[in-house]
Formats: sequence, C-alpha cells, structure tokens
Amino acid sequence: MADIAMIKTAAETGLANLFAITKSLLPGDAAHREDAFRRFSERGLPHRRIEEWKYTDLRALLRDAAPFAGKPTEADIAAAEALDGPLTAIDSIEAVIVNGHLVRAPAALPPGVEIVPLREALGSGHPLLARMGAVGHAHDNAAYALNAAFMSDGAVIRIAAGTHVERPIHLRFLNTGATPFATATRVLVHVEVGASVTLLETHAGPGGVGYQPNGVVEMVVDDHAKVAHMRLNAEGSDALALSTLTARLGAKVAFDSFNLVAGTQVSRHQVYLAFAGEGSNAGIRGATMINGTQHADTTLVIDHAAPGCTSRELFKTVVDGQATGVFQGKIIVHSRAQKTDGRMMSAAVLLSEEGTMNNKPELEIFADDVQCAHGATCGQLDEDLLFYLRSRGLPLKEAEALLLESFLAEPIGEGIVHEDIAAALTGVIDGWLRARG
Amino acid sequence: MPAVQETIEQVRSIDVDQYKYGFVTDVEMEKPAKGLTEDTVRYISAKKGEPEWMLEWRLDAYRRWLTMKEPDWARVSYDRVDYNDIYYYAAPKMNAAPKTLDEVDPEILRTYEKLGIPLREQEILAGVQTSRVAVDAVFDSVSVATTFKAELAKAGVIFMPISEALREHPELVRKYLGTVVPVTDNFFATLNSAVFSDGSFVYIPPGVRCPMELSTYFRINEKNTGQFERTLIIADKGSYVSYLEGCTAPQRDENQLHAAVVELVALDDAEIKYSTVQNWYPGDAEGRGGIYNFVTKRGDCRGRNSVITWTQVETGSAITWKYPSCILRGEGSRGEFYSIAISNGMQQVDSGTKMIHLGKNTTSRIISKGISAGRSQNTYRGLVSAHRKASGARNFTNCDSLLIGDRCGAHTVPYIESKNASAVFEHEATTSKISEDQLFYCQQRGLSAEEATALIVNGFVKDVLQKLPMEFAVEAQKLIAISLEGSVG
Amino acid sequence: MLQINNLVVQIEDKRILNGLNLTVNKGEVAAIMGPNGSGKSTLSYVIAGREDYEVLDGEILLDGQNLLEMEPDQRAAAGVFLAFQYPLEIPGVATMTFLKASLNAQRKARGEAELSTPDFIKRVNAAAAKLEIQKDMLKRALNVGFSGGEKKRMEILQMALLEPTFCILDETDSGLDIDALRIVSEGVNTLREAGRGFLVITHYQRLLNYIVPDTVHVMASGRIVKSGGKELALELEANGYADYRQSDAA
Repeated sequence: MADIAMIKTAAETGLANLFAITKSLLPGDAAHREDAFRRFSERGLPHRRIEEWKYTDLRALLRDAAPFAGKPTEADIAAAEALDGPLTAIDSIEAVIVNGHLVRAPAALPPGVEIVPLREALGSGHPLLARMGAVGHAHDNAAYALNAAFMSDGAVIRIAAGTHVERPIHLRFLNTGATPFATATRVLVHVEVGASVTLLETHAGPGGVGYQPNGVVEMVVDDHAKVAHMRLNAEGSDALALSTLTARLGAKVAFDSFNLVAGTQVSRHQVYLAFAGEGSNAGIRGATMINGTQHADTTLVIDHAAPGCTSRELFKTVVDGQATGVFQGKIIVHSRAQKTDGRMMSAAVLLSEEGTMNNKPELEIFADDVQCAHGATCGQLDEDLLFYLRSRGLPLKEAEALLLESFLAEPIGEGIVHEDIAAALTGVIDGWLRARG
Repeated sequence: MPAVQETIEQVRSIDVDQYKYGFVTDVEMEKPAKGLTEDTVRYISAKKGEPEWMLEWRLDAYRRWLTMKEPDWARVSYDRVDYNDIYYYAAPKMNAAPKTLDEVDPEILRTYEKLGIPLREQEILAGVQTSRVAVDAVFDSVSVATTFKAELAKAGVIFMPISEALREHPELVRKYLGTVVPVTDNFFATLNSAVFSDGSFVYIPPGVRCPMELSTYFRINEKNTGQFERTLIIADKGSYVSYLEGCTAPQRDENQLHAAVVELVALDDAEIKYSTVQNWYPGDAEGRGGIYNFVTKRGDCRGRNSVITWTQVETGSAITWKYPSCILRGEGSRGEFYSIAISNGMQQVDSGTKMIHLGKNTTSRIISKGISAGRSQNTYRGLVSAHRKASGARNFTNCDSLLIGDRCGAHTVPYIESKNASAVFEHEATTSKISEDQLFYCQQRGLSAEEATALIVNGFVKDVLQKLPMEFAVEAQKLIAISLEGSVG
Repeated sequence: MLQINNLVVQIEDKRILNGLNLTVNKGEVAAIMGPNGSGKSTLSYVIAGREDYEVLDGEILLDGQNLLEMEPDQRAAAGVFLAFQYPLEIPGVATMTFLKASLNAQRKARGEAELSTPDFIKRVNAAAAKLEIQKDMLKRALNVGFSGGEKKRMEILQMALLEPTFCILDETDSGLDIDALRIVSEGVNTLREAGRGFLVITHYQRLLNYIVPDTVHVMASGRIVKSGGKELALELEANGYADYRQSDAA
C-alpha cells in the first residue's frame, strides 16, 4: 500500500531545468537557493490533495514553466512605464521593477530611509538579509520556496528607528513582453522601533500573455512601529500570479494590509502573519472581483504566538461568469497567547449561475482565555434591498452596482486611512463594476 | 428536581472512578482466530446463515479493503491498529438464537440491568418510564434481545437485528444496503462491510408514524475485540421514526476498535431523527486504553421534502472520527446536525458533518458545541456544499467551542463550497472560555466551582440538548457533568 | 458581625488595601465612600473571595469565622452576599434555574432541606413583584439582554431570595435612573433587620438618601481614613474628596 510516486509534470521538469541553468547566474548564496529548490522539489507543484492547496490545484493550473525574463531593454522599460495605474498619481517615493528587475530606484530618499536593490544586497551580503524568512509558516510553501530559489531582484528597505516616512513608498511591479515569461521578486522591509511607513504595491502587465510573476514581500516590524500596506493586483488577463506577504510583528505594533484583486487569470495571494510581541494590532483585508474563468485565491495564516494581540480579517469576493473564488484563513492561537482577540470574516456574492466560491475559515486554538470568531457567508445580493433601490427608480444593474460597491469597499473603509489611496482603490472597484455593464 | 440540580447530584455522587460503565461481564464467548483473512469473513457470514450474495458482497469489500490506506487527514494521532491482532467476531455461547429473554444468559441480562437498559417489556409497561422505547441490545458481535417486536409488527414496522433481517427480508436489505455508504466509501466503512456482525434494521412502511422510540444499545465486552455494527434505517414515503443509539464498554488498558456504519434512507415526505449518546470508555487520565471510534454515518434524503436529523452527544472514546452527514438529494429536503462533543483527559475528537446540497430548495442547519478540557484536542470538521443544480439551497452553521483550562485545544475546520448563485450559506464560529467572572459570580451565589462549571456548560449546550428526546436529554446532561469531572480547580 | 483587621491586599504587585480596619455590627447599615481608585470594589471582592487578589496580611471575620479561609461558595453559604457592580450574563441558563440551583446549594451547605418547587416559585414571585420584575424576565437567560436597571433589580431579587446575613452593595446606584434607584432602594430597605448587616459602597451621596446609613466611612488609598454618622456623607457631598486625597499625599 505504498504511495505511488507522482510522475513529474512538464512544468516541474521545466522548473528543474531552469534552476540547473540559472542558479550559477543568480546573485547571493547558492546554497540557500539549492536548499529552497530542494524544499520545493521534494513535494513538487502542490495539487488538490495537499490541504493548503485544496482549492487551487497549481499542478493543473501551471502547465508549463515559462523562462525567467532577462534584464529589460530601454524600450521594454518605456513600454512598461506606459502602464498607467490608479496609484501612479499618488505623491510617493517610487521604485520601478520591470520584468522582475529593479530599473529605477527613487532619486532622493528622506532621512532614515534606505532602499537597496535586492540584486546588490544579495551580491554584497547586506546584513539585513539575515532577517529573511522570519515567519516559519511560509518556509515550506511551494510559492515561497520557488521564489527563494529563483529571486533575481527587488529591494531591501530599512526604515530607521523613530522615522516617520511622510510620503508612501510605492513599488511598481510592471511587466512587458509578447511571449510567456516568469519573474521572481523579493522585497524585504525592516521597520525599526517606533518608525512608521506606508507601502504601496502595484502589479500590472500585458493582456493576452501567460506570464508568471511570483513575488514575495517580507516585513519585519519592530516594537511600536506602524505599517500601512496597500496592494493592487492589476496583472494582465492571462497571467498566473503568485504572491506572498509575510510579516513578523514585535510588540505594540499597528499593522494594516489591504489587497485588491482586479486582474489576472489565476491569482493566489498568501499572507503569513506572526505576532511575536505583546499587544499588537493587525488588520488584514481585501477585496476580489473576478469574472470569466478567472480563479482568485486568498490564503491567510494568522499566528498568534504572543499574548494580548488583536487581529481583524475582512475579505470580500464578488464572483461573476464561471469564475472561482477561494478564501482560506486560519487563525492559530498558541497556549502562551492568552487574551488574544481574533476575528475573521469572509463574505462572497455570486452574481452568476456558474460561479463558484469556496470558503475555508479555520480556528486552531490552544489557549483558553481568548476571544476568537470567524464567519463566512456566500449568497446573492439582498433581494429586498435591490427591490427597495429599484422602487426608487434605479435600473437593476445600477442598483446592483451600488450594492456591490458598498459591499466591496467595506474593507477599504475599515482599513485605509490615506484618503487619496482609498479613493484610487475605490475607483478600481467602480471601473470593474462599470465594465461589467 | 430540575435537570441541572440532578446533574449536580450526579457529579457529587461520583467519586474517583468517573466511568461507571467500566465493569466486565463474565460469560463464555465463542470467537474465531484473531486476525482478518477471507476465512474470517466466511466464518462470520456462515455464523449468520447469510445468503450467498451477502458473502460475495463481504468478500468483495474485503478484497478492496486490502488495497486501501488508513486515512490520516483528521487531527488525531494514535498508534495504528494492528488489524491482525484483534478478534472480528465474539458472541456469547448459546445453543441457538434466544427466542425469549429466558433463554438469554442471565449474566448478560444483569449487564443491561446495570446499564439501566430495560429489556423486559412488562417492566417498562409497569410504568418505570413515562414513554416506551423499543430496544435492540447488541452485545459484542450479536444482538441478544429486541423488545416490542410484536407490537411494532402490528404497525408494519420492522425492527430487528440486521442479521435476522438478512434472513427474513433479504430483498429489502439488498435493495438498500450500501446505497448510502458505498462499499468502497472509506477505509473503515469498507472494513465494516467485510466483517460487520450485527446491528439494527428498521423499515417504516409508507405513511406510518412509528408508535414508539426505537433504540439500539451497543456494548463492547470482550477483550481485543473489534465491534463492527451496521445499522440500516429506511423510512418509506410519509413515515416517521425516532431512533436512539447508546454505547458503553468496559475499562481496559488496551485500545479497542469500533468501526460502525449507519445508513439512513428517507423517501418522499419521510422523516428520520437519529440520536446518539456515545459514551464508549475514553481511556484513563494518562491516555491508556479507550475505544477508537471510527464511524461512518450518512443519511440520504432521497425523496422530496424528506428530513433527516442527526443529534449527537459525544463524551466517550479515546479517539473519535465521525461525521454524520446528509445527502440532500430530494427537492425541498432538509438535513440537520446538532452536536455536543466533550473531550477531557487525553481524548481526541475530530467530528462534524457534511451537508451536500444536490436538489433544489434543500436546507440544512448545523449547530455544533465543542467543549475541551484536560489535555484533550477537539476539532469540528464540516463540509457544506451546493452543487450547480441546488438552486435555493440554504445552510446555517454555528460552531461554538469552549475551552476549560489551558492545556487543551479547540479547532474549527469548515469547508464551505458553493457552485450556485442562489444558494445562501451562513457560517459562524466562536471560541471562548468560561470566564473567571462567571464562575466567581456563581460561586458567590453558593455553587461550588464544579457545580458552576456544569451549570454554565449546560447553558452553553442547551440549544442542542433541546433537540434530544426527553429521556436522552436528562441522560446526556448527567453525562456532561460526569465527563467534565476533574476539569476545574 | 463583620470585623476586618489590618487588611493588606495587592493585585499583580500593586498594593490596593493598606491595613484596613472596619467593623459592621448586626443590624447596622455601613456606607463606604471614597474617590475612584481608593479600593472600594477591591474590598467587596476580597470579602466575597474573588481570586486574583493576594491577601498579604490581616483577617476578615464574619461572626467569628475567618472568611479568608473559605471558598466563595462557602462564604455565600455562611451568609455573605455581594450585589455586583456589573452583574454577569450567563447565556442559556434560565434565571429561574439559576436561582433555584443557588438557593438549594446554600440550603444544602447549611444542612437545610431543599425547597419544594411550589414553595420556591411562590417565594420568587413574591420577591419579583416587589421589585417590579416581570415574570417573563425570570424565564429568560440570566441577565442576558437585560438593561442596566433590570440587572440591578435582579441582584436585589437574589438578595431577597437567598436571605444572606451580610450584604455588600457595590456601586448599586451606578447606571440607575431615579425610578430604578427608588425600586432598588426600597428592595434593600425591606431587608433591613436586626440580624442583618449591610455594607453599601458608593461614590455619590445620592444613594444614601434612599438607603440611609447608620455609619459612614471614608476610604482613601486603601484605608478607612474617617468614620462618622450619616451627616459625614453630606459633608463629603459638599466638600468633595479633595481633603482626603491631599492628606494621603502628605
């Protein structure tokens, strides 16, 4: 009754070949990369019998491993930068990453802010690299391990103790190309004691091209620091985008992260959050709008390892066409994490007969003096409300759009204090609803 | 005396040994050799005098079982069972099947007396209980007595050991057996299909409301013996039945395997209420001994507007692996699951339900209350799914967990899958503890810490207790207090 | 009847009571007044036996019995009743069930026979009527969804039913409107009798217009700093607690 070894898929073979070719060309410690690739290849591409990937069968979705994109030409950069995003207008400290390569670092940095291209940091053995992998739960995850094996560029960001960074730091991940390619970017952010920063991420790329970005952002947030993080996934229509956010929070930290999924054929956004110090607060939120045959997965692991922390998770999903939405959220409370307050909610609206929503909220609790709850709902728009709006003269589509907008924007209203950013993201939601017609 | 007060009495009256059903009955048993081969399967089938097709059915299951793997996805860890080191059949020695209670070994009758299970109809009629319950008593691998058979037969209700039904109503058994839980459903169900020895068979004819509660009482007595019972209940069109199941076992240092299969079929407008109070020996405080309770229970709402309700109070077993489920096939059918799962000591529970919405306008409701104490782990695992055609499906799920002490764990793992826009699913889960403030408040009014805990826990599980038939509710309330013995202070 | 000698109590290394002395005689209504944070609520919890409080020194005697050696329920059976400032909600437990369980537990502890159900119901109904408590409230889960006033009336109902010998009212007036205050106070006043002592803890003099005390004690920084008759309460009302805060700092 032994397990039959699974036959390697074309994509797995392709990745192994790519790794053999590129590993000597990539910067930094080769042994680390070897180790990461081994972690990936031991189990291969995850499939639906792997519990964490039950609803997103990467083995079936990733048919071929695309080659990693080379350094972009000036023409590529120009083409990529032409991709205008709703957050471009926000006054920010901007870094541009094209096809996985940091091509434009901010011209001038305010005092207390250090941004080093990852390629350089890996080459020179930047001391902050030791802070990578601070959240253990991500370690063996296939997307994270693949990123660790292939990461080519990105940034190492340090916000010095007590620094209040006025303008947001905006990382624009832009992609360009006519044939499929892959990228692996990594951003490491260290926010020191008492510092505060707003971090924006925009991800965009060409339609009709099956490119494969795999990005990891790791944050180490020290005591009394404050982080606001907003992420927009506006990748191209045929992209397969994997993304991972890890955050290790010290004591008395305020941490907020919001992710808006407005593009991509297949997306999986993973958040691994670890409370390592007492009395911290985190809000992890997001909104997802999918249509056609899109597949969007949000997977969270919220690890309460320290006492007295509060976490709030709120995710909204609207599913149209034959699309599939996935929400998996796990709250873990260790026995020492007494007085934990954790609340998680996932709400979904199915607009079409053929859409699918899979919810799997989990609680794993080992401490007795805690308040934890989760909720999940799935259904249609409230018919009474629709009728009320229509009785006031709104056509069905407008009434729907109105209700959907308030439904989707709730996580923005709850978590984002920066008004311009909130308005820009709400605009993306409006745009999607208008395009629905 | 209100039930709560009685619970408190019960707690008081218990001294050191909290498992009062742990005694052993000394009777002469007959058993085949230990271990499982085709010969074991043939032996069991021959003992039961089964038709040829049944033997083939069992052998087919056995052969498939050999190719299967024991599941490992549940949140339980235990030393794997050595399937060749247990007896698959054990029956008290008797010359022939007992026709009346007088032919049953008096030791066995005393066992049921001690367990408080009435087997003598006249005693029941004498008014010992307010309402009457027909009982099928299963002792290890065989049914030793079934009460009220004659009276039930008058209403057309068939209630008998399944081994007897295979002889007397082979066409009915054959028509339904394995249609809800297929032979190859899972490792334990397949094993059960190969070696099941006894259990109850119930058939309620069209339009009949079963005149009394039906009940089966399972008792594991013999050492190193697995119990593999099989229950099949069919409620024909427009009928109704309420069925209760109880279980106990002696206190032993070894683990014992219990792998049962229960299949329910509800046809158009029929309703089945299935209640369980599971109190298998849970093992001692250090986790020695106890029953491995690996059970497959599933109901098929095959007909329009049919209803199946599962109510369970789980306090026993070292390991519980159990997901009583409903397949909501018939249009407008309804599935309900009400559960109280209490774990203490070193117990591990992984239990929940599946509500599979296939038909239009099907509804389901899940209320689960998990209570963890001691060093136990208690997991709710549930699936609610709506398939493409399940327009108008509705589910409401509420899972609450309560922790007593900081060395236990409470976990919630729901899967909610919707493929239909008009399906509305709502799920909520909370985890909390009995607050020190609540305890102190009760103590300030004069209740001891233990009484206060029992009171608060009974409040916590009240929604579910109310779903149990009266006699069972009182029994369950006592059990709750007993199971929480030693969890405070 | 209640005698507290040199009581020293701390919680999480913070000293709350600093050698408190207090005597309340049978039939006496003693009021304790004091600024916020002076340790008034701590005193009530320590008498009733709440955990978390560490008694470093001193004793609390009720009719000569040392309460500090008893569990909270034993103290209740001995006659101590605490009307909580914030009564707790207990979901799923009907008020009637709770009342009966409490009453019988205490009777049993004192070696008395349990009350028959009709007798019990008669007593509850009588007490409820006096406090203007609707019957349907008694059927609902204890304190769940009750208003602040309803919760306080329920506390007094329990006091009437359990017939304690020593009653502590912890800020019973907080959150009460004038009508509720009148009902609650009348409830308390009807329980005043020769054999029963009261400790009324309050921040404001207002309650003492309704429940007129025999003695008034001022508490500051964990001690009784001044004792007197009911006129002391009026004096405090006029002058505030400023003097006591200063005298303490000095």
